[in-house]
Amino acid sequence: MSGFKDTGHLFRFAGLFVLAFLVFLVVRHYIVPKSFGEYGHYRGAAMGEIAARPAKFAGHESCEGCHSDVQEVKMKGKHAHVNCEACHGALIERMPAAPQPAPSLYRRLIALVTPPMPVESPFVRHADDPGSVIPPLPDTAVLCVRCHTASAAKPKGFPQVVPADHSQGLACGSCHKPHDPGMNAGGAK
Amino acid sequence: MNGVEGYMYPNEITLYWSVLIVLYPYITGLVAGAFILASLERVFRVEAVKPTYRLALLTALAFLLVAPLPLVLHLGHPFRSPEMYFTPHSTSAMAMFGYVYMWYLMAVLVFEIWLDYRREIVLLSQSSKGLLRLVYRIMTLGSTNISKQSLAIDERVGWIVTLIGIPSAFLLHGYVGFIFGSIKANPWWSSPLMPVVFIFSAMVSGIAGVMLLYMAFTKLHKEKIDMRCVDTIAMYMFYIFVIDFSLEMLDLVHRIYEADESFRSLDFMVHTKLYFSQIVVQICLGTVLPLLLLFITQIVKLPEIARKYMYSISGCLALIGIFAMRWNVVIGGQLFSKSFLGYTTYKMALVTREGLLVAIGLLLLPLLFLWVLMKLLPPWAEKSAHGTVAAN
Amino acid sequence: MILLPAAAVAWKYVLAGTPESAPNYKMSDHWWGMLIDVSKCIGCGNCVRACQTENDVPDGFFRTWVERYHRSDWRMTNPKIITANPLVDPDVISPDGGKEGFPVATDESGEYFFVPKMCNHCSDSPCTQVCPVGATFISPDGVVLVDPTYCLGCAYCVQACPYGCRYVHPEKKVADKCTLCYHRITKGLTTACCEACPTGARQLADLKDPNDPIHEFLKTHSVQVLKPQMSTGAKAFYNDLDGSVR
Repeated sequence: MSGFKDTGHLFRFAGLFVLAFLVFLVVRHYIVPKSFGEYGHYRGAAMGEIAARPAKFAGHESCEGCHSDVQEVKMKGKHAHVNCEACHGALIERMPAAPQPAPSLYRRLIALVTPPMPVESPFVRHADDPGSVIPPLPDTAVLCVRCHTASAAKPKGFPQVVPADHSQGLACGSCHKPHDPGMNAGGAK
Repeated sequence: MNGVEGYMYPNEITLYWSVLIVLYPYITGLVAGAFILASLERVFRVEAVKPTYRLALLTALAFLLVAPLPLVLHLGHPFRSPEMYFTPHSTSAMAMFGYVYMWYLMAVLVFEIWLDYRREIVLLSQSSKGLLRLVYRIMTLGSTNISKQSLAIDERVGWIVTLIGIPSAFLLHGYVGFIFGSIKANPWWSSPLMPVVFIFSAMVSGIAGVMLLYMAFTKLHKEKIDMRCVDTIAMYMFYIFVIDFSLEMLDLVHRIYEADESFRSLDFMVHTKLYFSQIVVQICLGTVLPLLLLFITQIVKLPEIARKYMYSISGCLALIGIFAMRWNVVIGGQLFSKSFLGYTTYKMALVTREGLLVAIGLLLLPLLFLWVLMKLLPPWAEKSAHGTVAAN
Repeated sequence: MILLPAAAVAWKYVLAGTPESAPNYKMSDHWWGMLIDVSKCIGCGNCVRACQTENDVPDGFFRTWVERYHRSDWRMTNPKIITANPLVDPDVISPDGGKEGFPVATDESGEYFFVPKMCNHCSDSPCTQVCPVGATFISPDGVVLVDPTYCLGCAYCVQACPYGCRYVHPEKKVADKCTLCYHRITKGLTTACCEACPTGARQLADLKDPNDPIHEFLKTHSVQVLKPQMSTGAKAFYNDLDGSVR
């Protein structure tokens, strides 16, 4: 073509684009995580990673495995549907994190511009070794009032008292058994 | 709760989009506006604005190079930003950013500048020395053909590029408007008018910016300002400003009239938290006053010195006003609760990654880039150290 | 309380330290949601504390929180004044998300109720729609999750959520929110908030499981979602939700 020699520079410019696009395709092939797109526009492996996170509340069924006697008492009273960990807290305790080795220079440089991932500390489960990890007994003077302090905001049928008037300063546990708190049928101390 | 009035959802109390997110649409707006001014000459054959053609392109490039910075600095994980190129989510307007930006930078702006300057680049690659010579040689891409036919082809191709560049500029800035306008969760943002308002206000800011830069640089070089050029620019700025103002007023009137669920909460916010930035700065000082000044210049024949002052003041006020508009959209949209029951406060930091100092730096950086670009690719005929280079 | 049948089997794997290999979980068998009974909530804040413990939620941010509404009798007294000021009615508080419960209410007029809030795991979620890279998504079993290794921290999803349930983790700098305790429900356990709730106001619901009590509940009760006009396909169903709830 007669005009071709005068358009050479345009082809050079276009060539830059083609080159960049090819480099992009190659890099993309290596960078994009393999499980991306498996179920949708996201990294499929993420679900497994999230699902593998450790649980801290064991769930009442695991408590009932060993503490069936408490379960029997509880099922007869007003707290039948209140789960163990609602009052006793999470069954799984955190241990302090193991000392970390000093980060390499590379890691420290990266940490300047990118936030580091927080260090996870391991757990100890009461169910694994009931003797070594004993969840502390909740203090009834503090625990019970959270739910049962009278307030105009709470549902009318819900059992609620003004603590100072009701017990004259005594802790709730002085009179009520927490697992079967009703005063009339077997709950009184 | 410090800074909170009424009720805000607990997670809403901190603002997540800071002043850097205000800057980004402002900067891309300047880019789009400067390009539209350049296209006035190239495509619409408005001869009068020719003296600003090259300056407008270089200004657009200088600002476009800085544009990704506020975004990257705002990200929690900036080094993951290439993910937007590798796995862009097709339902997200934000995902467009990588490709639209790259397209506009390379296939429109750099291409057009290269085509327009190619003759000078080739000449400079032969006449300059040292490192500069290497830079120019790379810019020639190895082709030294500056024959009449090749330059004629460049002219033709450049015309097509500018033609494609106009909708590209609208896309570059319009998608930002859509990022806000498509969020149904936020009634301050959600509006089909948002992309249109963004585009028109961008045009005002870009045109005002180039006009001021032209006047400043010409004065710095002790040259005479081409008043026919500046008069024409001011006229276009005036008409586009009128359209922009009308669109914003339409949004306002529509909101007041329909008075939907969000209205009372937003109205309260505008009269209290946003009073200064919206009523005083954006509307009165930043829109009504410059419109008035420009209107006067359009209907009264004023002497040259008066016009220069009026244009300069209007230009500066318009730039401030349009920054305030971005501020009111981004920050304002996060000051009220989505429960419509409360308000929070934006505590802008000073020296952090998203603080005021960084914002100021990012506004000044394009001027530095522009200075470098103007040294490398002089927009006008200059008697410089390495010989005169005739401009188009 | 919902008793999930696979709990005992799954727990063995949790004890053994290999929870990810708990069997009998197929994603396509489940479509998760939550049932929240406003009439039962007493505002004790157990759920907020349990969630914080279970999921290491940073201070000042909430994957779930409880709001207390006080709807006054404004319609009967002076409607003109009250409706003009959005800061007055309804009166809503959520001190530290309700984590330590609520102060005692003494004003007997009007009506009070507690509304626990969380991610609604919308089936047509606006947050997953706007994510630029695909870091947040809805899993095949109906849980909206965030991939913390892929998230850029751009906070677009936070802006797009109509319910205010998302935040950016102050240390990890990625978007974070309620995961419906995905790591628990896939092992047959219930969520931490449901486990800790003493009144049964919160119950995990599997919409695909015909034996799940929610099916019967939806047939016999009047149930709403938050902000239905947003049309997000929210799957947190509220029983006894008052119209003033925002």
